[in-house]
Order: sequence, then structure tokens, then C-alpha cells
Amino acid sequence: MIPEIGHFALVLALAVAAVQTGLGLYGPALGDARLMAMTSRAASLQVILLSVSFAALTYAFVVSDFSVINVYENSHSAKPMLYKITGVWGNHEGTMLLWILILAIFGASVAGFGTNLPDSLKARVLGVQGLIGAVFTLFVVLASNPFIRLSPTPINGTDLNPLLQDPGLAFHPPFLYGGYVGLSVAFSFAAAALIEGRVDAAWARWVRPWALAAWASLTVGIALGSWWAYYELGWGGYWFWDPVENASLMPWLAATALLHSAIVVERRGALKSWTVLLAILAFSLSLLGTFLVRSGVLTSVHAFAVDPERGLFILGILIFFIGGALALYAWRAPTLKLGGLFAPVSRESALVVNNLLLTASTAAVLIGTLYPLVLEGVTGENISVGPPFFNSTFVPIILPLLLLVPFGPMLAWKRADALATAQRLYAAAIAALVVGLIALFVIEGSPILAAAGLAIATWLVAGAFVEIAERVKLWRGPFAQSMNRLKGLPRSAWGTAIAHAGVGVLVFGVVGVTAGAQERVVLMQAGERIEIGPYELTFEGVSLASGPNYEADRGSFTVRRGGETVGMLTPEKRFYPVARMPTTEAAIRTTILDDVYVVLGDPQPGASAGQTQWIVRAYHNPLQPLVWVGCIVMVLGSIISLSDRRLRVGAPARKKPANSTPIVDGASA
Amino acid sequence: MARPKRTRTRKSYRAAFIGTAVLVLGAAVLLALSALEDTVVFFYSPTDVAEKGVPTGEYARIGGLVVDGSVAKDGAVTIFSVTDTQNSIQVAYGGILPDLFREGQGIVAEGEFEPTGRFAASRVLAKHDENYMPPEVADALKASGQWKEATE
Repeated sequence: MIPEIGHFALVLALAVAAVQTGLGLYGPALGDARLMAMTSRAASLQVILLSVSFAALTYAFVVSDFSVINVYENSHSAKPMLYKITGVWGNHEGTMLLWILILAIFGASVAGFGTNLPDSLKARVLGVQGLIGAVFTLFVVLASNPFIRLSPTPINGTDLNPLLQDPGLAFHPPFLYGGYVGLSVAFSFAAAALIEGRVDAAWARWVRPWALAAWASLTVGIALGSWWAYYELGWGGYWFWDPVENASLMPWLAATALLHSAIVVERRGALKSWTVLLAILAFSLSLLGTFLVRSGVLTSVHAFAVDPERGLFILGILIFFIGGALALYAWRAPTLKLGGLFAPVSRESALVVNNLLLTASTAAVLIGTLYPLVLEGVTGENISVGPPFFNSTFVPIILPLLLLVPFGPMLAWKRADALATAQRLYAAAIAALVVGLIALFVIEGSPILAAAGLAIATWLVAGAFVEIAERVKLWRGPFAQSMNRLKGLPRSAWGTAIAHAGVGVLVFGVVGVTAGAQERVVLMQAGERIEIGPYELTFEGVSLASGPNYEADRGSFTVRRGGETVGMLTPEKRFYPVARMPTTEAAIRTTILDDVYVVLGDPQPGASAGQTQWIVRAYHNPLQPLVWVGCIVMVLGSIISLSDRRLRVGAPARKKPANSTPIVDGASA
Repeated sequence: MARPKRTRTRKSYRAAFIGTAVLVLGAAVLLALSALEDTVVFFYSPTDVAEKGVPTGEYARIGGLVVDGSVAKDGAVTIFSVTDTQNSIQVAYGGILPDLFREGQGIVAEGEFEPTGRFAASRVLAKHDENYMPPEVADALKASGQWKEATE
């Protein structure tokens, strides 16, 4: 009965979304305020209905109702409760239901928070949002319905893929979708603005918090996925330039560009049509990501079994939205007014360069990801594009961007003095140089690139500090006065500095791992030792262990550093009897400066009878933890920026001409 | 006369913006396409290798089903064969095999051919999901006429 209620609510949500689309797109054309007001109610109703639907599916998972095919295929009564619940979105059907639920939540939030939006713009935004919702709900109802029943009811389920029974991956999809789907709001605003034929500072101010929230969510989602791959797959790496990873990186890069270009629209009224285009592209890349992941057209190490019919359906949706939006853009964008002028050296120009480099890097990733598909279609040849391609394209494009980051927030709007700005950054430059030189003389191996990388990372972090110091005029007046200024600094300024410092921390991590990671694969017998990095691992042996729904061989390693015991590592080889699937649980010992990482492989007969040898793979990854810390710091920066009064209070009344928007304390966001 | 002049500057500014954008994006695309020439990894099915010879000295991908009973250990090195049911290739791999590696499973291996025709894999990919078949392997099986639609 409960699954039927969920099914029914899902179909109702489809109908409501269709109505919301009609009201939102025709209401403003008719100028009917009541029709327009109804779109908000439709958006709220949609959330309620989809919540009911999602709750019904969750209930079916919790009580292990195996008469529902989806539960039967992806759950088991012996599974821990956490994974019964996260199993709801650990499969294709449930994940798409979560996708449309999050979409509806974003739509309703626009309706709820957007009380200061002009009626017609709000109705149109909700109309476009409703259209996306209607199309995807139709997809769920027709091609991936999670509520279909099975008869006769099986006694038990076939279990969730054990690799997915993990906290890192359990929460990866909701955050990732928060990002993908959050970008739909920017998309809807762009489409609505094109229909209205007006983009102004207020528009940018409304869009930016949504883009920022989506960006933060996407960052968390990607970081969780990468973290999961790092500790769960046992390959010792966190990023493989795999198509599924690239699918999430592309919208992230486009969203990053969008965040920055929206600042220019908000503050200077320039780059309007470019920003609208970016909003369209960012969501289009999210849809492309959904398509690539859900259709399985590309060979991916993260691929799951897929159904080609669904791939075609999503491809259709993709073409409809991207084609439709770009056509709308081509038709309407020329009517947008040109914005303010700026000199080649100015904050605006810096943000333009940021945008161009981010877009170029997105293009490089896109080419590398889709090229195998195109080549196979054209010549039938099967190829793959791996890390060497991305290292030789993405890295050279992104490096100049990293070098320019500290300059951006220091440049004045409209016209800036390049030399003076550079002089203000001398402290950061010296710090970078010192770190680079130290690295050059301390690190063995490939020192020049590593040293340059560490110097760039230092440059970014120090640059962020210099920016704050400059804002409060540190050392150029009484200290107390600077402290007072520090208190008065707008949160958006803190957000910028912290997020940019986070990029620096991330670069530290990436450079450290890329330049300094060590890997050893050895056959070991109990009592033997290996050295990895500064650590010495002693293999103590393997014992049997059991968990709630698995059994495991658990290896024990004593970790010594400089002769002193610093801890134990216990990697496992688990076997899940229900899914008949083994998994590898790496053991990782983290300090803030490095990870030592051990994986237990297969046993084999030892040198003499009765002995067993185990394949052991050990890694030492210097600075690895900083990769995650950098992501956390970036997200922290965006949250602080999001809490800025300017965005919370919302935009000023619409009547003011765009260019006279008050500038708060010379702050950027 | 100030106004038309202002419009012209705005237009020329827009042209400059579009010009730079096209230039930067064009450069990125060129960079990407030239990088593709050097970094693309080709996939060979066992039948391709049997028909066209062994492509030695080239980083390549191969794939197929792991032949039943072919998996053997030589120290830390695992030796096994993959097949598209017509032909097969022997593979040697010195790392830890993925969890879902087992006989009869479709896998993809990356590495280089040794002059003997054996494939020295530096990476073996099996998927996170036991129902998954790498597209290349599916194609290779289809090409050899052995493809059966999945039971789902």
C-alpha cells in the first residue's frame, strides 16, 4: 500500500510540475498576477508530493519490502539500517527520484526566499524550473520507476553493492545532486531573464547565492566521491581523470566561472550575456554529467550496469534543454544592453581572464572525455584518453589562472594600476620564493616542478592573507584601527580570501601527492618489514574478523617512524556473502602532512610448507590530507560569503538603475 | 556626438572580448587536439591482436573475459588469459587485482605488449558492479558473435 501511495504522489507531482510550467510561462505573458502567484504554490506542492514519494520508497527500504523490485535488487534484511536508508539512492531509480526531489526543493526555495523578486521574473523562473521538473519526473515515471512491484515476493533481497555500503559514498550523491540541480536555478534565472529581455545588477544578485550554494554543494559532493575512491578502492589515488569524474568536474569548472562573472554583472553591469550563457552551459554540463554517468556510454572505472533505453531518454532531455536554451539565447541575447566599460587592467578584466581560462579548461576536459565517443562513432576505433592527456592540457591552462588568483581581488574596478598591485603583493611573492627554494634543496627526486608547485600554492595562500591585510591597511596605521577594520570587513571579502586560500591548500596537497607519492607492492610473510617513505611497516599477521553482513581477513601492521611505534594499521579483505562480492578496505594513517596507506591482497603459499604469504601494497602520500582540507576551506569560504548581509537581505528595489547599485565598502564577493 | 562614439567603443569592447575568448578557447582546443595525438590509448580485442599482430612498444588497452582456470600466480605476479571466445591473450599483472576480478568476468587491462606476445599490464580494471560489462568487451564479444544479451 505504501509504495502505491509513493507511486501515486510521484504521478501527481508530474501533473503539478506540468501545471507549474504552464502557469509560469503563460502567466506573465497574460500579466495575470493570480496565475503567477500560483506558481509558488505549485512549487511547494511539488516538494510535498515528491517528499511523500521519497518517504514511501525509504519506508519500503527500511521495512525491507521485497515485493518492490527496487528494494529486492538493492537491499537485504541483514544490512545495517544506515545503508538501508542510503540504499534508497544507491541505485539508478532511487537516485533519479532523489534528483527530482532536490530539484523541487530548489524550486520551492526560490519561491520561498524570492519574496523580493519581481512577480513576472519569479513566475518565469519557476516556470522553467517546473519544465525541468516535469521532464525529469516523466523520465522517472516512464523509464526508471522505483515503485514497480514483483510477484511473488522474494524472501530476501540481493543486497546493495558492498562498495556503496560506506559513509563517504552514502552522502556523495545528495551533495553532488545538490550541486548539479542547484545549477538548474541559475539556468532557470538565465532562461527567465532571456524571456524578459533584461539582465541587470539585481538579477546577478539574485542568481549568485544560488550559484554559490550549488557550487559549495558540488564541491562537497566531488570531494566526498574522491575521498571514497581514495580509501575504498584501494588504488592509493584520489583522482583518475575517469569520464565519470570528469562529468562532475566540468559543471564545477563552469560554475566556478559563473560565480566570478556574476560578480561583474552585479557590480559593474558588464558581461551580461556572457554570464547568461555560462549559467546555461553550467547546467547543460550537469545534464551531460547525468547522461554520461547514467547511460554508461563511456568506459569508466566507476561504471555500474546500465540500461541503454534510459541513456537515450536522458540524451533526448539533454538535447531538448541545451538546444532550447541555446536557441533562446541566440534569439534573445542580442537584445540585452551592453554594460559598463573597463580598462584592460582592471578587476573586470581579471575576472574575464578567470572566465576564459576556466572555460578553456572545461573545453579541454570535455574534449578528452567525449573524444573516445566521437572517434568510436566515426571510425569504430576503440580508444581511451587517460591522465597523460589531462596533464598536458588541463594543467597548462589552469596554472596561469592560479598565478593570477591573488591579483584579482586586489585590482580596482574599471581601471587599475598593475605595477602598484604587484608591489602590494611582494610579501606573498617572497613567501612563495622562500618556500620554493626550501623545497628545491630539501626534496629529492624531481625537484624543480615540485618546488614550483609548492611555490604556487604558497603564493595562493599568502596572497589571500595579503588581501585581508591590505583591506584593513595593516601596518599602515595604528594596529587597533586595523583590527577595527577587520571587524567591519564584509563577509563576502572573508569568503573570497578564505576560498582562494583553500585553492592554495588544495594545490599543496595535489603537488605533494603528485611529486612525492611512493608505492610498493611486495609479498610479505608475518614478521617481515618494509619501508615506505619515512615509515617502517611490520607485518604482524592476518586474523579473521566479522562484521554485521560480511566476513573479513584482517591484516595487522605495526607502523614505526624513526624507530618509534606510532600506531597500527589493519587493512581488511572483506567478503559479503549475500552479494557474493569481496571488497578491499585500505587502512590509512593520517597526519596532517602525510598518509601511510596499506592494502591487503591475496594470500598464497609461502616459501616453506604451512606458511602463507600475502600481497601487500603500501603507499606513502605526502600532503594528501591537504587535498581534502583545501576542499573544506573552499566550501567554508563560500558559506561565509553566502552569509553576507548583502545576499541575505537581497537586492535593492528594482527601480534603481542598474549601475547605481551602492557599492559596499569596495568589497567583492 | 558623444553618444554614438560611446556605442562604438562598447561595440569594439565587445568585439575585443569575443575575439579574446575565441582566441583562448581556440588555443585550448588546439592544445587538446594535439595532446590527443600523443596520449590516446587504443583498445585491442584478442582477435584484433591475432589478426593484425602484436602492437609492441605502445601503451594499449586490451579486454575480454578472464578464461576459466587460466589464473596462476608467480610470486606477486598474477598470470591469466582474457578471451573474446575466438582468441585469447595472456596477461601478466604485478599488482593487487581489483575485488571483482574473477574467472569469467569481463575486464580491461592497460599496459604494453611484451615481444613474446604476453601483455604486461600496469592496471587492471574490473568494475564496481558485477553486472557491468565494459563496452569494449561487449563490442569485442559481439564482433566474435558470442554476445548474449544480459539476463536483466
